[in-house]
Amino acid sequence: MDFGPHLFLATLEGAITAAVISLTAAGLSIVFGIMRVVNVAHGEFFMLGAVGAWWVTTAVGGHPAFGFAAALIAAPLFVGAIAALADRLVLFRLGYDPERTIVATIGILYVIQQVTLMTFGPDARPVEPPFNKRIPIPWLGIGENGLELTWPWGLATTTYKLAVIVAAAVILFGVWQFLSRTRFGLLMRATQLDREMATAFGIPVRKIYARVFGFGAAIAALGAVLIVPVQQAHYLMGTDPLLLSFIVVIIGGLGSLPGTIVAAVLIGMSDGIISVFFSPTLAKILATLLVAFVLVFRPQGLFGKAQA
Amino acid sequence: MNLLETRCLSRSFGGLKAVDNVDFAVPEGQVRALIGPNGAGKSTFVAAVCGRIRAESGSVHFDGKDISRLPAHRRIEMGMAYTFQITSVFANLTAHENVALGVRRIARLGRRDIDQKVMEVLDRVGLAERSDQSAGDLSYGHQRLLEIAMGLGQMPKLFIMDEPTQGLAEGEIEEFKHLIRQLAGDTTILLIEHNMNVVMETAEQITVLNSGCVLAEGTPEEVRANSDVQAAYLGTG
Amino acid sequence: MTGNLKENSLHVGVLVILAALFFVVSDYHDGNLARIMVLAVYAVGYNLLFGYSGLLSLGHALFFAAGMYGLGLSMNLLGFAALPALLVGIVFSAGVSAIVGFLALRTSGVAFMIVTLMFAQAGFLTALHFGEYTRGDEGFVIQQASRMIAGIDLSAHANRYFAAFGFFALSYVAVAILVRSPFGRCLVAIRENEERARMLGYDVWMHKYLAVIASGTISGLSGAAYALLFGYAGATFASVQYSILPLLWVLLGGAGTTIGPLIGTAFAFYLIDLASEITTAHLLVVGLTIVLLTLFAPQGISGELRRRGLKWLP
Ligand SMILES: Nc1ncnc2c1ncn2[C@@H]1O[C@H](COP(=O)(O)OP(=O)(O)O)[C@@H](O)[C@H]1O
Ligand SMILES: [Mg+2]
Repeated sequence: MDFGPHLFLATLEGAITAAVISLTAAGLSIVFGIMRVVNVAHGEFFMLGAVGAWWVTTAVGGHPAFGFAAALIAAPLFVGAIAALADRLVLFRLGYDPERTIVATIGILYVIQQVTLMTFGPDARPVEPPFNKRIPIPWLGIGENGLELTWPWGLATTTYKLAVIVAAAVILFGVWQFLSRTRFGLLMRATQLDREMATAFGIPVRKIYARVFGFGAAIAALGAVLIVPVQQAHYLMGTDPLLLSFIVVIIGGLGSLPGTIVAAVLIGMSDGIISVFFSPTLAKILATLLVAFVLVFRPQGLFGKAQA
Repeated sequence: MNLLETRCLSRSFGGLKAVDNVDFAVPEGQVRALIGPNGAGKSTFVAAVCGRIRAESGSVHFDGKDISRLPAHRRIEMGMAYTFQITSVFANLTAHENVALGVRRIARLGRRDIDQKVMEVLDRVGLAERSDQSAGDLSYGHQRLLEIAMGLGQMPKLFIMDEPTQGLAEGEIEEFKHLIRQLAGDTTILLIEHNMNVVMETAEQITVLNSGCVLAEGTPEEVRANSDVQAAYLGTG
Repeated sequence: MTGNLKENSLHVGVLVILAALFFVVSDYHDGNLARIMVLAVYAVGYNLLFGYSGLLSLGHALFFAAGMYGLGLSMNLLGFAALPALLVGIVFSAGVSAIVGFLALRTSGVAFMIVTLMFAQAGFLTALHFGEYTRGDEGFVIQQASRMIAGIDLSAHANRYFAAFGFFALSYVAVAILVRSPFGRCLVAIRENEERARMLGYDVWMHKYLAVIASGTISGLSGAAYALLFGYAGATFASVQYSILPLLWVLLGGAGTTIGPLIGTAFAFYLIDLASEITTAHLLVVGLTIVLLTLFAPQGISGELRRRGLKWLP
């Protein structure tokens, strides 16, 4: 394949990564923005979403679309409930102390991961996509007869992959509407501004925090359900999304949703492209170093404004 | 000779000029009181003097040197001590260790001499029997006294105290005045104080700050007689 | 003072018991103890930063791995003898911690945790990237024949035990002395109240910086000693998990106590050992312990002892 088609394919793969990462990162960002805690177990909620999707699709028979539709609803709900429980049992009791919360969520990370290993097992398991038609992509290039349209071998995508990108965009739009339009979104932002004041006004901060934590996890799980037909479910699959979400959230500016999405697109795309042309490891080295340097020299994120 | 001098020292927070072009000088050995209504900028001013916060413009001279660019720890090293308005002791360390930290930093002494110095200082503020208690377990008044002891342990040339008598009992205030009189002469003292009784009895000179600017300066009698001061401060206080 | 006498007797007692254990317990446990002592060096280094200075790093695996690869690669690729290679490992980890500390200390709190995590992750990935030399996750073996210092074969059972003991004793005593020195007292003061320490005239940044370097170098010593005594270096030791483990050990044993790191390492080692006999998911123990500790015993074992009467515990 020539360079042009190759780049195009890499961009497409990058867009899928970006779509899923922006969902996962949005969850992390919302939790940080409102609760001011960093959830290191976030990647495991992503993993649970994928594993949950496998359970549901296996349990529901018939056309794969039925199972998948069920998974889209059940898996995020299940993961959200687990996260809310973790919040009540652990984070709440720590008073959301930033450092102790990080340490505790590291513990939660291991617990979720290892319990999954004990129940789901060490194998990667596939989930069938609800639809999956191959779409060959034409390419405009200079051939023997001048400009001509060709169909390079291997240059193709599937309807499902395109649907993932569209779905992620729709979900993000929905999340944004949810946060800015609904009463719950309003309450969430009220507690973000001032926890004590919110308590004084009778806003049930404790309940809201549990829901925010569950909500953040559920969005990550939703991203995982979308990607699992492409990627397979595995008990260690949470690590990469966690690191990528960290990278994205920090570069986009902690707690800023628009910044997070811009950064997700940027990181997802460049990760895809660098991975194809150089090595995936090199791409990750650069990204992690970028995060470290952003935090050191521009803690408000690349796109955030400096705070007074 | 002036031990401390500031020229056009300024610092603002957002749009608010907390300290506004302050020219200020304290001669060596003097007990100077800095008074003014709440929010006048007294704490901000002394914090800029000792380097706890950065001044935006102006200069600070100490002991004949321009220290405007020095970080806080270097200024302290040169012979300043600073006690916090909001009690700030090492709550989990003993009273002894709180003071020892200050002594050790300044004096290159052996362990035994340091212990001796610490006990002497604790004795001076009446905390000798409590030297092994955690600072956090001390009563509020005792914590204030411990703050003062930490400063004393540093054996400073200039001792800056931000509202040291706040929260002290009557008897403790009497002892505090006594302590200041003892130090007077050897140590230059810059005292932010709301208790006018303490100010009038200990200070040789008083500077009145209002809205970040120096409103008046003079002996206790002059300041008491100054009508601007009465309007701005004493009248409302 | 009597307090110091008690402390000194404790330190001597701990070391005497460790040395004596070799003659008491079975070979199997000797082997475990050698490993525990070497890893406890790592915990001792971590404790200096986390327990005494209050800086929570999530990237110490980078320093551990720097020591490990510094020794391993200079032996296997450059043909260094064991002793100079050990020095390379130590110097390399000191250099890495000097660079990381310089950058990371521009941040604090949660940002410091994440910056150190990211640097360590970059180091881990770098080890994978240069798989040609490091052999990545699989790692490489350091030949038994070259693991000799002054004619002593460090792979032999008893020699290895006492070499491990020597490394542990060295770092344990060094840190015990350090934290009692004015420098160490200042670190504690910074941990307790940074602003107040600054206003007592301490150069807070420099103290923290030196603490990072000392802590990183001790961690590197542990990594180098591990490679030397057990003849293996691999990228797993650079992974996030190996940044979390010393945190676990120190939390478990008691942060900011001199014996905490040893207790925590030994306890966690046998806990995980026990768990792996029951299930492959033995890291579940790690997770549960961390959660329970943060919830119910943030002071760890020796912290609890200190709270319940042994107030003098250093
Ligand atoms: N860190 C800060 N951020 C914002 N404003 C501050 C800060 N510190 C002081 N100020 C403001 O500066 C003014 C002077 O404060 P301060 O120096 O504490 O006064 P004083 O000690 O005379 O009561 C006040 O209006 C106060 O609100
Ligand atoms: Mg004040």
